[in-house]
Amino acid sequence: MLFNLVLDLLAAGALLYSFRRDRQKTKKALQAAGNSFLNMLPAMLGIIGLIGVMLALVPQEVIAGLFGSNSPFGMLLISLAGAVTLIPAFIAFPLAASFLQAGASITAVAIFITTLLMVGIVTAPLEVSFFGRKFTLWRNALGFALALVIGALMGVILQ
Amino acid sequence: MKTVKKYALFMLVAAVDIFLRWHYPAKGVVAIKSSLDYLGEMLLFLPPVFVLVGLLDVWVPRQIVERNVGPESGARGVALSILVATAAAGPLYVGFPVAAALLKKGCRLANAVIFLGTWATIKIPMLMMEIKFMGLPFSLLRLALTLPAVIGTGYLLEMILGPKGAEAVEERR
Repeated sequence: MLFNLVLDLLAAGALLYSFRRDRQKTKKALQAAGNSFLNMLPAMLGIIGLIGVMLALVPQEVIAGLFGSNSPFGMLLISLAGAVTLIPAFIAFPLAASFLQAGASITAVAIFITTLLMVGIVTAPLEVSFFGRKFTLWRNALGFALALVIGALMGVILQ
Repeated sequence: MKTVKKYALFMLVAAVDIFLRWHYPAKGVVAIKSSLDYLGEMLLFLPPVFVLVGLLDVWVPRQIVERNVGPESGARGVALSILVATAAAGPLYVGFPVAAALLKKGCRLANAVIFLGTWATIKIPMLMMEIKFMGLPFSLLRLALTLPAVIGTGYLLEMILGPKGAEAVEERR
């Protein structure tokens, strides 16, 4: 909340300063801002709707169930869950901590967090619209591979 | 037709919401309520970000972006990309238009990817939350391992896409 306020004040201050220096440029900036906002809106509404459906249909117990097994296959499932789901950080970290307390291994929890943060399947269409298919595909593929390595290393080191 | 395609995911999700609300009211309410909560949060958050990106677009000359994070900016450019992104907050997709605006102004592709990677994984507000819930050793170790991974991804992606790739990305905007 505090962060939002700081951001709002910053934007308002910059806008005011810009307006006083050059009205024409400020108008152009606001037009550009409006256009990019409207361009992003459809995809964003879709993503936000999808997050809601996910939170309703995939209850936290289902994700927690994945953490029961420590087999390579179990880890793969966890990494896929991390890649596909889009959970805001303020939900993800308490959730991950509760998995640890419930007895999940560090490797499993670390892999979940790294894939969650480094791979975004749900936001991929939006990423494609900004940077193209090849960029999005490779960035997420590299992210997935590195997330697995980081998770595994963390498991070994913190065990 | 184009509009229909743009809203395809949203319409699909809305249909699922209506179906759930009808047949599984409890789940439907959860789905719709979480979406609306999240939407409210995003609508508070996005306008200032877009206004700042718009102002960056008209006021910051290409040379400044090029000099600081452009193709010849070297290690300083990498450090700057990381530093700016750690101060960010909000989900990664808010970073997309910011990185796209930087690319358009002459930012090096590797630096834009590093910026996005940092935004996604090690921004400070998120790190604070991680330390609180996962503890300092977990968070610091993840930070130490993620930083080189993010930088490596930037250079690797630039190699994979090639010089033409950077232009193609830039031209989309």
